[in-house]
Amino acid sequence: MRRRFPNPEGAFDLNVHFRAKPGFTILFGASGAGKTTVLDCIVGLGNPEEGRISIGGEDLFDSEHELNVPAWKRRIGYVIQDLALFPHLTAEENVEYGLRALPAPERRARSSEILTAFRIEHLRARRPAQISGGERQRVALARTLVTEPRALLLDEPLAALDRPTRSRLLDDLREWNRAHRVPILYVTHSSEEVFALGEQVIVLEAGRIVAQGSPHEVMRAPRLETVAQLSGFENIFDATVTALHEDRGTMTCKMENGALELETPLVHAEAGTKLRVGIRAGDLLLATESPRGLSARNVLPGIIRRLEQRDVIVSATVDCGGTEFEVHLTLAARESLQLTVGKNVWVVVKTHSCHLMSE
Amino acid sequence: MNWQAFWLTLQLAATVSLLLVAIGIPIAYWLTYSRWRGKFLIEAVVALPIVLPPTVLGFYVLMALGSRSPLGRWWESLTGHTLAFTFEGLVIGSVIYSLPFAVQPFAAAFSGVDSRLLRASASLGQSPVQTFRRVVLPLAKAGLVTGFALSFAHTLGEFGVVLMVGGNIPGVTRTISIDIYDRVQAAQYSAANTTAFVLLIMSFVVLSIVYGLNRRPWAVGPWK
Repeated sequence: MRRRFPNPEGAFDLNVHFRAKPGFTILFGASGAGKTTVLDCIVGLGNPEEGRISIGGEDLFDSEHELNVPAWKRRIGYVIQDLALFPHLTAEENVEYGLRALPAPERRARSSEILTAFRIEHLRARRPAQISGGERQRVALARTLVTEPRALLLDEPLAALDRPTRSRLLDDLREWNRAHRVPILYVTHSSEEVFALGEQVIVLEAGRIVAQGSPHEVMRAPRLETVAQLSGFENIFDATVTALHEDRGTMTCKMENGALELETPLVHAEAGTKLRVGIRAGDLLLATESPRGLSARNVLPGIIRRLEQRDVIVSATVDCGGTEFEVHLTLAARESLQLTVGKNVWVVVKTHSCHLMSE
Repeated sequence: MNWQAFWLTLQLAATVSLLLVAIGIPIAYWLTYSRWRGKFLIEAVVALPIVLPPTVLGFYVLMALGSRSPLGRWWESLTGHTLAFTFEGLVIGSVIYSLPFAVQPFAAAFSGVDSRLLRASASLGQSPVQTFRRVVLPLAKAGLVTGFALSFAHTLGEFGVVLMVGGNIPGVTRTISIDIYDRVQAAQYSAANTTAFVLLIMSFVVLSIVYGLNRRPWAVGPWK
């Protein structure tokens, strides 16, 4: 589908083409990348200028044939972050809302079944204002799932929840999906959720798909800076490939600022290729003496420039010949190594902690 | 106290405000959801009775109801008498006169309903009409009650339009406000005083009910 946005603020044209199989497909990207717009088009609450949207062989939208099935006839479930529960209805009435066409006994049976499955049967008589955030989320999911949609679109439905609540709800969703094999398109910008759910990940950047594949392929070796920043690399350096070592599956890269060289995993590149290296601060080791007998290929002498305590983490900034690394340590490590600003240390970087991205 | 005028006024106000619920809801719905560029023109027309002198409005309504207008002729061929100076004519004039007092609270209440609820309703398979009935109307209840009560109270007290369209026929078009005017013209100040006081109390009671209800939007009303 294609969609143009005339306003200069959101100045990009959406242009995507993908296919989602039954099971979870994650739409991943920074805010403003066009994820929600894609969902709006699929559910029928916004229309692309051009393109085709179909589900299970049935066309829902086709600009060539001027076909546009209205949203309420598409039978696609949509749960958004702020839920939009009907405030004048109880939890049970909310859940039964989409079942109006069924006879009353069946409606009752279906809603009780899903209220039980989502562990919210005790809330049936309460209004949305009288229940907690996590419970509201369950009501919103139950309200959509009970209609047995042909596909399910979830726009960061769990973003506002704490971690244990979130993982319990994800388990319930997976359970539901085992019984109802429909495609689920799940929008998030949490890399944690990508690994927890994703069978397929689609990365959107400025309205275009820039990567797709399994979470492992897309997230662990990100070639894209968006993914890198989103999945939390504190260290990102511009570098140039200086040598390839195909025999050992590595290559040497020289950092742009400073004389530092790092041994990194081999990717499809040649000497002189410019790329970026991303390293998580938590993947780095610090030593106060030159370490020996290590498997790590990069042991870099440096000097501590700054030490900051953030909650229970100590963030050390280490200058290794002009290249500054951010290293995360525990409080205990700082104590036992007696780290201070100005101290000489060695930074240890495993080859496979270096994630390469194209510029 | 002229009880005949009193009952006539109540009948008129009840008929007009009920009709305005029926007419006002579709107009307000259209004003809220239409994306037509010229919508402001219709908004201006609906609001006209607020600023027009009632005599101007009454004059045009009288012209439109008279036997020389198409509407007047059609009514005459149907019923055998003209619309002007009848209760029906009075109802038509009053509906136009009180239109903004119903439509504006309705439209404000409709547009106050969170659009995300409408989107959720569509994704749950409900057509726009069902969504309106099951989500918008219940959530706009306070605005509907306000519009109904305001048009009722406004019709209770109208004078200029009634005088122009209905004249002063006892039992047919003589409403309380006309009655008060009549008494004062005849120097019957104490009778005028009683009637005026009753009108004042009634208007106060109606408005108190409106504001009382709006403080507890879920407590009472035609929907549970």
